[in-house]
Amino acid sequence: MLKAEHLTVRYGEKAVLGDLSLEVQEGEWWVVVGPNGAGKSTLAGALGKSVPCEGTVTLAGRDIREISPQEYARKVGVLSQNHSAVYGFTVEEVVGLGRYARHTGFLRKGDPEGSGKIDGALALTGLSEMRKRNMLTLSGGEQQRVFLAQVICQDPDILILDEPANHLDLPFQQELFSLIGEWLKTPGRAVITVMHDLSLARKYGTHALLLDRGRCAGQGKASEVLTPEALREVYGMDVYGWMKDLLNTWNE
Amino acid sequence: MKMNAPKKAVLVIMLTALFLAALLLCVCAGSVKVPLGESLTILKNGLFGGPKPEGMNASIVLSLRLPRVLCAALMGAALSLCGVVMQGLLRNPLADGSTLGISTGAALGAALSIVLGISIPGLPIAGSAAMAMVFSFGSLVLILALAWGIDRSFATQNIILIGVVFTMLASSLLSILITFSGERLRSITYWTMGSLTGKNYEQAAVLLGGLLLFGTPLMLLSRELNAFAVGEENALHVGVPVRRVKLTVMICASALIGICVSIGGSIAFVGLIIPHMVRLAAGPNHRTLLPLSAFAGAVFLMLADLAARSVLSPLELPIGVVTSLIGAVTFIVIFYRSRKGGVR
Repeated sequence: MLKAEHLTVRYGEKAVLGDLSLEVQEGEWWVVVGPNGAGKSTLAGALGKSVPCEGTVTLAGRDIREISPQEYARKVGVLSQNHSAVYGFTVEEVVGLGRYARHTGFLRKGDPEGSGKIDGALALTGLSEMRKRNMLTLSGGEQQRVFLAQVICQDPDILILDEPANHLDLPFQQELFSLIGEWLKTPGRAVITVMHDLSLARKYGTHALLLDRGRCAGQGKASEVLTPEALREVYGMDVYGWMKDLLNTWNE
Repeated sequence: MKMNAPKKAVLVIMLTALFLAALLLCVCAGSVKVPLGESLTILKNGLFGGPKPEGMNASIVLSLRLPRVLCAALMGAALSLCGVVMQGLLRNPLADGSTLGISTGAALGAALSIVLGISIPGLPIAGSAAMAMVFSFGSLVLILALAWGIDRSFATQNIILIGVVFTMLASSLLSILITFSGERLRSITYWTMGSLTGKNYEQAAVLLGGLLLFGTPLMLLSRELNAFAVGEENALHVGVPVRRVKLTVMICASALIGICVSIGGSIAFVGLIIPHMVRLAAGPNHRTLLPLSAFAGAVFLMLADLAARSVLSPLELPIGVVTSLIGAVTFIVIFYRSRKGGVR
């Protein structure tokens, strides 16, 4: 579905992402992991068309540079980490923006499915009761859920989520990941999530891309890429041993 | 704010009535008071072809006050609209033609065209309007480029600081121009504080044309501006053609500011006070914010002009003094609240 070839992103002289190739197929859940500064969010931005890049990215064989923003938004939904409320929009208004690209006709007024999709997304993210609330009065986790609801009601085929579990408490994290798993069961869909939590990545990802300072340090089936040895190599510490240690404290 | 059709109709009727009431008040009141009944007769006969009104009061109403009040209303609507769209686009509740320094840039352009004698044959006011438009667009681009160069986020403090410095630079250049131009240019007060004295129907027509030409595209961008107000990256991800919208807003807003400045000087803070008040009353959704602000801006500037010409009558205050007095207080309130996290 989505294919990147020789993807390179430079900030000034420095290449923060170098010569990366990736192919995401229908039904796959890719997790992108790596230490801070590895280029995970930059990759999400490049695939989401918000970060300019060299190389080619194609969606169903078409160069994404030739696809209009509206059309791209109908097919690819992106949740970025950069959002903060300035004005007091209601939850419903922000979620409704997800329907922007679906409006058609004179003055782009028509979107027959709109209100149903908005209601559905609010219900899925547990925000139905809060739909009239002012964004400025919400906590970080609640705001994160609003933007999740927005990208869900956008109704794309591919979801690119940059740290979707940010600010979310544990029950909601669990709910979110099973929700994404359910969403993925519909044919013609795929998910890419950028994550720093390696256990979550290992549990939910079908495929993994391990990044190290902007380079690919391994990609393929999650179980084959996310091994204790590979993680030690990239993170420069015994990640697996430490995680095991942390869990063991509960049994002491 | 979503409302059903009958409620909307009631609101539109009420607002229209308020607008007409303010317009009538401004036509009747002033250093010479014209009784309401007489004003109505004069207006009716003058506008709808009754027996030609004569006498002192008729010429005050028809030749002095009505064109002036119309100019005030149109400028108020235009300036307020520009404030709304810039605040939405930049996600910055303090952005406005005057706080960013665009108005002063436009004034410099207008003054320069008068000194250099640039005019378009047949349309004497078009030359300075065109120069003011070009300069206001140039100022906007320059200010945004400088702010972008600092940290790529259009942070409130940076934009305001650059705006202040740019305003000082442009007004000193303007002062130099005035010093060397002899009698050709009006005083610096006119350009930096604005005045609606002696406005005529021709100027009102130019303002109306500008508002229709450049205000209409802005009015149609309510959904895009909502997306920008939530976040530019988010806007891109939901499918807004970000670059095109940004360019449209910048061109239309600076054109409108240019036209206003070339006709009435730079009247500060209208685009700051009105959108802030309307946001407090009706929320930040641009679908309602845009039309309500245009309307409220029109009423506000008519009343501000009335205050400017009648508070110290027969002396006349520059209209910018009135708007700045109210605007400065509003600015402080917004700044204080936004530093403490968010504006409604």
